[in-house]
Amino acid sequence: MKRRSVLAGIAAAFTAGCTKIGETDTFRGLVDGAETLHRGAHRLVGGRRPMAREFTVADLSPDFRGNGTIAIPTDAYQAQLAAGFPAWRLAVTGLVERPLSLSLDHLQALPQRTQITRHDCVEGWSAIGQWTGPRLATILQMARLREDARYIVFRCADTLAGVPYYESCDLDDALHPQTLIAHRLNGEPLPEKNGAPLRLRIERQLGYKHAKYLTGIEAVASLDGIGQGGGGYWEDRAGYQWYGGI
Amino acid sequence: MKRHALSTRLWHWVNLLSLIVLFMSGLNISNAHPRLYWGQWGFAPEQAWLEVPRFPGWATIPGYYNLAAARDWHVLFAWVFALSLLAFMIASLMNGHFRRDIATRRAEWAPGAVWADIRAHVRLQFEHAGAKYNFLQKAAYGVVLFVLLPAMILTGMAISPGMGAAWPFLTDVFGGRQSARSIHFIAAWSLLAFLLLHVALVLIHKPLKHLREMITGGREHEAA
Repeated sequence: MKRRSVLAGIAAAFTAGCTKIGETDTFRGLVDGAETLHRGAHRLVGGRRPMAREFTVADLSPDFRGNGTIAIPTDAYQAQLAAGFPAWRLAVTGLVERPLSLSLDHLQALPQRTQITRHDCVEGWSAIGQWTGPRLATILQMARLREDARYIVFRCADTLAGVPYYESCDLDDALHPQTLIAHRLNGEPLPEKNGAPLRLRIERQLGYKHAKYLTGIEAVASLDGIGQGGGGYWEDRAGYQWYGGI
Repeated sequence: MKRHALSTRLWHWVNLLSLIVLFMSGLNISNAHPRLYWGQWGFAPEQAWLEVPRFPGWATIPGYYNLAAARDWHVLFAWVFALSLLAFMIASLMNGHFRRDIATRRAEWAPGAVWADIRAHVRLQFEHAGAKYNFLQKAAYGVVLFVLLPAMILTGMAISPGMGAAWPFLTDVFGGRQSARSIHFIAAWSLLAFLLLHVALVLIHKPLKHLREMITGGREHEAA
């Protein structure tokens, strides 16, 4: 008999059942619990502040793949790209004592950190690149975070399906010494496909957390009012986990 | 005394469910980037050592391509899988299951004895006196319990960027993140091969008795 199609039929019935279960609120609750458990376990076994592995120049991948948005075809962006982004500003707003609007020159004049790290995409691939830029912690210190700030939201110039990209993280990752507002990749100004002129490096999390084409940083007490409340573009639209460390 | 302890039976069925959910959601995750690499990095076709075929909906959880939902199933059942394995290991150390049934004796490693065991298997003769399991069974269960299942957990942890920062040595042990991902795939398919062989051998030799014993526990003196 067609034993293979019988096996395929059993698997199909099983996956159909799982698909149905996956759409229930109970399952969502379990999944959110598992995500919190993973995050807690990572914090627990890593001690206070684990650092992502840093590599040497010899370890660099020959290219650094661009993913998600890899070009912004608007005239305004292309004109800035050609001119080296003289008018680009990074706005620092929300729950800060001193809102800021920082030019590229200003960001490059701050203390810089250079690190060679591995970028892990949620899809499964990895690339290694050398990133340079000021620490996000330095910028948040300049803006003086208020006591009630709990999360940092990142605003971007690229749009997907008509909606500007956005992401967020907690203060543990925002103040982490390897979390950078990078403006250079492998010693050169960021290429367009990698988020020119500014992108986030948040080294202990997956690629979709590394917001590109940054225009703003916003300190908030809760993610409820951001997008649909999931904390990021893909979290709100595709159901990606907000904690991208798994 | 029962042929299978309660801890063994509970774990056996919980583990079967976990492995199936993890394998099928894993196939969905594989569809997101169906290429495997060695070393720390890899993203382009020319860097891959294997182009993995795209798996059809009937073989994946959920039954259509959805990376986010597949990851939800995967990271949820990772806990069920890892914690139930840990509990089974502790119970089997305490109740003597590993020492009595899985550990091999020196005499069993003698080439003549191994060869006799292989010939008996080829002739589909599974009746054997003395210990509960013969040498090939012990070897297969030993490799699954102490190599493949732990490898799934450790390579899974090594792929996670959060764990990579917490325990960087773990990623190094496997030769880099992409190597850990490749080993994760190889171990997963090895476990599927074990599962198919295991089920096939049960089916050709007293399937109902084995099934009943793995549910009720059976009786020691029934062991053939």
